[in-house]
Formats: sequence, C-alpha cells, structure tokens
Amino acid sequence: MKESNLTKEENVENPGTSPYSTQKARIIGERQMTTDSKLFTLELQSGERLNHDPGQFVELSIPGVGEAPISVTSSPTRRLDSFELCVRAVGNVTNTLHEMNVGDSVGIRGPFGTGFPVEEFQGNDLLFIAGGLGIAPLRSLINYTLDRRDEYNDLNILYGCKRPCEQMFEDEVDHWARRQDIYHEATVDFCPDKVCWDGNIGVITELIPGVDIDLDNTYAIVCGPPVMYRFVLEELDEKELPHEQIYLSLERRMKCGIGKCGHCQINGAEEVLYACQDGPVFNYERVEGFEEAI
Amino acid sequence: MKVIDKSDFDVFVDNLIANDDREVVGVQEKDSKFAFETLQSADDLRLDYDVTILPPKKYFMPQRETLIEYNLDEGETTPVNRVVPRIILGIHPYDLVAIEQMDKVFEDTHEDPHYLEKRRKSVLVGVNMENVSDKSFAKTMGTATTDSGYDIMLTDIGDMYTIEVGSSKGSALLDKAGSAIDDVGPEEIKKVKQFKEELSEKFRTDPKFDPFELPSLLKEYYGKDQFWEKNSEDCLSCGTCNLVCPTCYCFDVQDINDISLSEGERMRTWDGCMLEAFAEVAGDENFREEKAARYRHRYMRKGRYMYNRFGDIACVGCGRCSEQCLPDIADPVDIFNQMKEGTS
Repeated sequence: MKESNLTKEENVENPGTSPYSTQKARIIGERQMTTDSKLFTLELQSGERLNHDPGQFVELSIPGVGEAPISVTSSPTRRLDSFELCVRAVGNVTNTLHEMNVGDSVGIRGPFGTGFPVEEFQGNDLLFIAGGLGIAPLRSLINYTLDRRDEYNDLNILYGCKRPCEQMFEDEVDHWARRQDIYHEATVDFCPDKVCWDGNIGVITELIPGVDIDLDNTYAIVCGPPVMYRFVLEELDEKELPHEQIYLSLERRMKCGIGKCGHCQINGAEEVLYACQDGPVFNYERVEGFEEAI
Repeated sequence: MKVIDKSDFDVFVDNLIANDDREVVGVQEKDSKFAFETLQSADDLRLDYDVTILPPKKYFMPQRETLIEYNLDEGETTPVNRVVPRIILGIHPYDLVAIEQMDKVFEDTHEDPHYLEKRRKSVLVGVNMENVSDKSFAKTMGTATTDSGYDIMLTDIGDMYTIEVGSSKGSALLDKAGSAIDDVGPEEIKKVKQFKEELSEKFRTDPKFDPFELPSLLKEYYGKDQFWEKNSEDCLSCGTCNLVCPTCYCFDVQDINDISLSEGERMRTWDGCMLEAFAEVAGDENFREEKAARYRHRYMRKGRYMYNRFGDIACVGCGRCSEQCLPDIADPVDIFNQMKEGTS
C-alpha cells in the first residue's frame, strides 16, 4: 500500500509560495541584555527590508529545533536593512538561538499581526507601561515616536522590572531619562543590598498616580507578563482613562502566524480573536469582554 | 442525473484502480468498523457503511505532513508540498459539508497550498447514506443530504446507483465509465426520492434544537461555569473528539530530525484544543488551564465562533465525537439539548 502511495506522489511545483517557507536571515549582532535575555540584530539574506510595523512579530525558525513567535523590538524608522529581536531563553528555539553566534543564520517568516495604530496616536500624549520583557515590543513604538517626535505630544514611559539587573536597553533607558521631552520613571520589585538603584522600588502600578494624564488626549500602551495587566488596568481605571484609549500587546503561542493552527485564539462569549491576526496589539475596549484576554 | 448498474460500477472502480494515475481510496470494513483506506478491489468497497472512524480530512490534512525539508550540515531548507492525487469513493453528505467548510478556512486570508493542492487534485465521490450510525444527528444539522461539495454523488437504488454530477472533474471521471452510464428514467428518480424519505426515518438520536439556535444558546451559556464544569467533569483531555471531528483542523508544527541528525523535516501534525498544553506559552503560563474551559472552547468553536467568522455551524452531526469518547461525555446532542431545555 505504501508503495502505491509513493509511485503516485507528486511534488507540487513552486512550493515556495507556502506561507510556511522561511527566508534566511543572518545574525549580524548580538548583545547580552540580562542573564537570560539577548538582543539579536538580523539581516535578511535577500537584502530586503523586513517592512514591519511597531508591535508586529516574526516567526523565528531554527531548522531542527522549531519556530517561535518573537516581537520585533527595533523601530522601522531605524536600521533600514536590519532588525532586532530581544529574546529570553525560555524554550527550545530561544535557548538554541542563545547559543548561536554572529554570522550564523536563522529562518524568518513574517512580519505578522496587527501592530500599534501609530496614526491614531498622532497628536496625542502617550503613556507607555512596560513590565519586564514587555519593553521589547514597546521599544519599537517608543523609538518610532521619538523619530517622529513632532507628530506626538507628551511621551511618558513607565518601565518596571523584578530587579535592577533585569533592566534592558540600559543606554536607551538612560537616554529617555535624560531627555527633557520625555517623562520617564523606572521601578524594580526588589533591589538587593549594595546595588545602586535610583529609581522607585515597588510594583509598576505605583508609578501610574504620578503621571499627569490628560484624559481627552492620552493613549496608554501596556505590555508585560500576564499577571501585570489586571493591576495596571485597575490603576488606569482609577485615573478614569477611557478603555478605547488603552492598547495592550498580548502574548500567545502563535504557531503558524496566519490564523490557521488555532493556538493563539482568545475566546469570549461573543466571538474568538486570533492573537496572530487580530493582535497581538489589541484595543482594551475591544478585548475586555473576552474572558481569556486578560 | 445518470445511472449505472452496480456490476458496471464495480468494473468502473476496478478499472480506475488498475489504470488511473491517481490513487483510489474508499470506505472499507476495518475491525467491524469502517475506514477510508487505499482500495485494492471494488469488492472491498462498502458504500453501505454507517460512519467511518476518521473523516476523509486525513487526505487533505494528513496526520503528519512535511512542510519543509532541511539539511543541517549545509544549512539548507527546502519547502515541499507532497501531494498524492486521489479519487475518494464513498463520502457521506455530512463529510462533504465539512470539507466545504474546511476549504474556506484554508483559503481565507493566507492561502494554505499544502491543504488546497491536495484538495484540488482529489476527486470526491459522494454517496448518500444508506445506513445511519447510532449517534448521528446529521438530519437535524441539515447535512444528511447535500446539493454541493461533491464531484459526483451516488445513491444506491437497488441494482444500480443514480449519479449526480457536481463538477467538470466529476464529469471527466464519469467519462471513464463510457457506455456503462445511462440516462435516468422516471422510475429511478422516484426511487431516489423514496430513498431520501426513508433516510430521514433512520436517525435514532433525539435532538431538540435547531442548528441556527446554537450561536445564541452558546452565547447565553458561555458564562455558566457550573454547566461546563459539570459536563466536563469526567473529561480525560485526550483530544479524541478533536481528532475524529471532520471540522477540527488545529495543528502543531514540529521539527523531526532523522537518525543522522543532519537532516530532518518540519512537520505539521494534528493537534487538539482539548489537550492540556494547547494554549500554553513560554514560561508555563496556560491560557486554558481548566478542562472545563477547554471543553467549552470546543463547543464555542463548533456552534458560534466558526459561524461568526465563516457563516457555518461547524458541527455536521456525524456523531464521531460522541461515539468515540471514552468517558462518553462528548455527545453534542446531549449538550445542546441541555441548553435548549434551560439546564444550568
């Protein structure tokens, strides 16, 4: 029976049109960010631009290991012929990537998903709230708005980590802190003795009351570990920021990136959302009725 | 409508097996159940079956399917799309409806050529249901008969089959039967009508709902946690209901290395939302940790979400989930009846 299958099997021409085909990208830079996170700079072998929007993600492929969805952390306004991924070593793909070196190649599919509505944000104040690795997708948008500074009004950045050594993009954070046209506050849950830290100590929600929020013109943009959202959203409710002015970037296991495999569905009584297509960036008003969203 | 004598039909099938370039598969007996398998002889074909163990989706979305081949030494990846062109004999109307639904999913937004090429290169030969399985409720779901989705459709009217042609692919297949094909007469048309009338008496389940009530019933029941907890209490999270469902298509993608560790294949494999790890992300967070939440998700998919997205009620009433569920808790008729009757 097996033999008859083989004789009748044909290979379809040009399977290159498959949405699962990857394109080669070379690692051209690598920087340790924290003990378990690294920043990788990648260049597509085709020489083409990735052409992503802030908030979109790619599927990172390492043949023999698998694929993982990773948000793009660089802004499309910078690094015209390369892009950056900030990756924490937590699974097979990401651990393998961490062992790779400059010059090595990986596969890339995408960019996928719906990013931040940068045009809707124009002319408004933005309040960025990032927890831990949640800074990665937000950094893309932060740098985008900094590169088009006159299109946006006040920029506020709140960034929280577990401890000082887990803060990422130190140079840039330092730059944000020194710029006069950015309000920036950082916090850590815990600061060990003898570690120098001049920011706040406590959870990120403690920083929110200190921000001067103009309710008519402010968008809050939130990304962090799953547990963070509920508390941040409660605090934003205290401030009475309308839910349609809050955007969230949600993490799910986006296996295919193209709305087929089913893994990233976020269900609710009304309908189901696909994080890989409808998101990963969602308007809070749109998803608050979805039991699985937050 | 055309007709063919049953003996001529067998010759036609044997000729296809012997001479056609495509693989001929059909429903055959397998351990006192039925299954779609490669056909060696028309004698093995059982067009009088009630339901098959697995739906024919396995031919368009195989349990394991290579998407990419890679060579780790040379760092090369090659996309592949291996297709076996097939003539599939004996698909019941509810499975044809399911295939039509699945086509929409894989055509939507990002076309999936791995599925679509297999579909395009297959000929679907349907057969109207002569026998009905204990758990089938296709009549209620409106899928006991269908006017579309097949290339040709057979109805057993005794000594002969009537044939309806649904596509040019079907008509090309029929050309291979040559002079064995006759025009239908009034007597045969009467028999088909009678066949369908008798069919509607053969269902033994007792659904109390209309399929188009399901989206609103499910919306109403979504928040009734106790209802889902009670009904999923004995769930083993084994995913059988997903695997045997003709409209379930969720998949996983895995890299399988060969023993040399220098080559391998990226494979798409069947997955199921009832399995515990389905909604897990890195760092052990699981967005559908409770079995009641997974159980509810499956029903929401079938009766509401797919309806919202594609306009289809994604349960075709085949009864496979109900029949094959080990703790016997997967019967959609039971769940939908409870909702209709207002059980909480």
